[in-house]
Amino acid sequence: MASLRDGLKRTRQSFFGRIAQAIGATEIDEDSWDEVEALLLQADVGVGTTMQLIETMQGRVRRDGITRQDQLIAALKGELRKLLMEPQPLNLSGRELSVVLIAGVNGSGKTTSIGKMAYRMRLNNRKVILAAGDTFRAAAIDQLKLWGERAGVPVIAGQPGSDPGAVVYDAISAARARGAEVLIVDTAGRLHSNFNLMAELVKVRDVLRKVIPDAPHETLLVLDGTTGQNALTQAKKFQEAIAVTGVVVTKLDSTAKGGMLFAIQQELGLPVHYIGIGESMYDLVFFNPTAFVDSLFENGSEE
Amino acid sequence: MFESLSDRLQNVFEQLGRKGKLTEDDVNTAMREVRMALLEADVNLKVAKDFINRVKERAIGAEVQKSLKPSQQVIKIVNEELIATLGQPGRLNLSGPTPRVIMLVGLQGSGKTTTAAKLALMLRRDGRRPFMVAGDTYRPAAVDQLVTLARQTNIPYHEEGTSAAPPDICARGVEAARKADATVVLLDTAGRLQIDDDMMDELVAIRERTQPAEILLVADAMTGQEAVRIAEGFNQRVGLTGLILTKVDGDARGGAAISMRAVTGVPIKFMGTGEKLDGLELFHPDRLASRILGMGDMLTLIERAEELFDEREAERLQRKLLKNQFTLEDFLKQLQQIKRMGSIGQVLDMLPGMGRLRQQVNIDNEDAQKQLKKVEAIIYSMTPTERRNPKLLNARRKQRIAAGSGTSVQDINALLRQFREMQRMMQMIGRGNFPRIPGLFK
Repeated sequence: MASLRDGLKRTRQSFFGRIAQAIGATEIDEDSWDEVEALLLQADVGVGTTMQLIETMQGRVRRDGITRQDQLIAALKGELRKLLMEPQPLNLSGRELSVVLIAGVNGSGKTTSIGKMAYRMRLNNRKVILAAGDTFRAAAIDQLKLWGERAGVPVIAGQPGSDPGAVVYDAISAARARGAEVLIVDTAGRLHSNFNLMAELVKVRDVLRKVIPDAPHETLLVLDGTTGQNALTQAKKFQEAIAVTGVVVTKLDSTAKGGMLFAIQQELGLPVHYIGIGESMYDLVFFNPTAFVDSLFENGSEE
Repeated sequence: MFESLSDRLQNVFEQLGRKGKLTEDDVNTAMREVRMALLEADVNLKVAKDFINRVKERAIGAEVQKSLKPSQQVIKIVNEELIATLGQPGRLNLSGPTPRVIMLVGLQGSGKTTTAAKLALMLRRDGRRPFMVAGDTYRPAAVDQLVTLARQTNIPYHEEGTSAAPPDICARGVEAARKADATVVLLDTAGRLQIDDDMMDELVAIRERTQPAEILLVADAMTGQEAVRIAEGFNQRVGLTGLILTKVDGDARGGAAISMRAVTGVPIKFMGTGEKLDGLELFHPDRLASRILGMGDMLTLIERAEELFDEREAERLQRKLLKNQFTLEDFLKQLQQIKRMGSIGQVLDMLPGMGRLRQQVNIDNEDAQKQLKKVEAIIYSMTPTERRNPKLLNARRKQRIAAGSGTSVQDINALLRQFREMQRMMQMIGRGNFPRIPGLFK
């Protein structure tokens, strides 16, 4: 079973590998700043956040009397950690049926994440039901059904090409009839820049609301961890359209650094609930901000 | 959300504002902005550095052409170098004994299966006989996805469910294609990370068994700094012959393309542009270059405009514009049409030099829809005479319209200001002060 540490090993190795090389326990000089900048940019932290971090750090170096590069790294770690929010538990209890709406661009890993989430919840003895709201992509329904089988969770589905709103409506009825506690709604992947598809997503959300006025109780955006600066735009657009409440970041078992999370949390205040770190059912773990930052700086020897 | 490079460089050069040769200082100042633009577009840091060095070499001491401002001269050099870096679009290597095998590889969710179907359709349109093989036995229902797409498009395929090993399936698939008299075989493979040794070995095994003429990396246009490692990883292990960039219809700047092209040296062959199965285009380096630089994607805009705009309607508008008879009714129609092309802000983003105008006119993405609804309500509350001649709108009429449309007099005044702004803009365009866009403002 993969742990957060295993999943982030690559991230930490390449990230720290270079930072350790470049910045030993020596004095801070011009090159240190170039290296810090390069490392942050290459981690997809983004130009804006990187510049801001460097400015903050330069101020701290002056004020706090930081002179050595290892002190600089320790302080930078602290600043990075400050940019990340405390994780919050999903708001899924205290009512008869809680609804989770899942959205994201094509190929970000929505269906896979739902399968893993359903499995986690079932292990915690929650009664979960899944709605196959992606009626567009070929075999998306079959994909969710297979995940449902693996996780031991029922899946409510309609015909391919049918109205996702109708599937959602049926799923709520089924969830109620079977006494489910959590309904997770899959939706088709869509680019946030596609006006019509975003309008369709709003419609799915509105169907949920019509039946359960305070639903969805969680609206999670699934982001591909290998995405660069566009991730922030995605998050903004989905938030505008359907009031996203949190984020799941996938594919962090790759060598991608997931650095766009800093800007997303800072600018949009969206908590990260889970990160995906592999293809098996167990490979979805809680996001731990301290471990995330620490892992970036742990020693490694990849490069 | 990004300031376009041209706007930025204009700011930088405003102080300079003179002609002649580009000095080293000019170029260095400009290159800082170019670097930012490239990084914001997700171009890999090292790739951006190399690129800037090449541009610097060319730009320092370059003569500023008479017709150009220094900022435009720099942009011209940057743009040319970028197009050169992106390279010419690659063609598929389809000559030789049939069936030719094309293998699609890439990360999870990059769009391999969809691209396989799109490519098959494109090849059939070109008179080839395509065949698809379902080589992804890992992702749940990946085989079903390929089969569904193949049936939808009536393309023959080979699948063995998920019980056999992908290299065996692929080898038998090629055999089946030969028997079916197909000329091109598309091998779909499972998504995998380039650092997953076992899975990369599997690709090598598939390659050994099927001897593909093409091994194409299917990569997401939204990829960040990781693009370099992905492309390098796949290229080193299996040897790529080309790249396909997917999800180009989104609003990512697509800098990953430069990174991948730079580290592999293989050509970009196609771009995936939409969910429909005809959404696959040949790669256009010029378009991607201006998009990466945040200088608008004129050609894409023109194409979209042409798709959506009624030719005759456009001509009618054109005549009205020239005669200065552009009315609020036309304004509404125009707004509604622009709306169909995407949000107004997005459309303006595609227009070079519109960054500033957008700020002035204050049409931003978030409010666009709300505003449009308001505008509709206001204009529908006017009498036909008022719509044709807004000058009639005195205080009393405005109060009536405000009451009728559930808005305020301020809203109406704001709309009229916007309308006049648009009238002015269109006249400017009519006089050729702005790039002409067929269909939109022709």
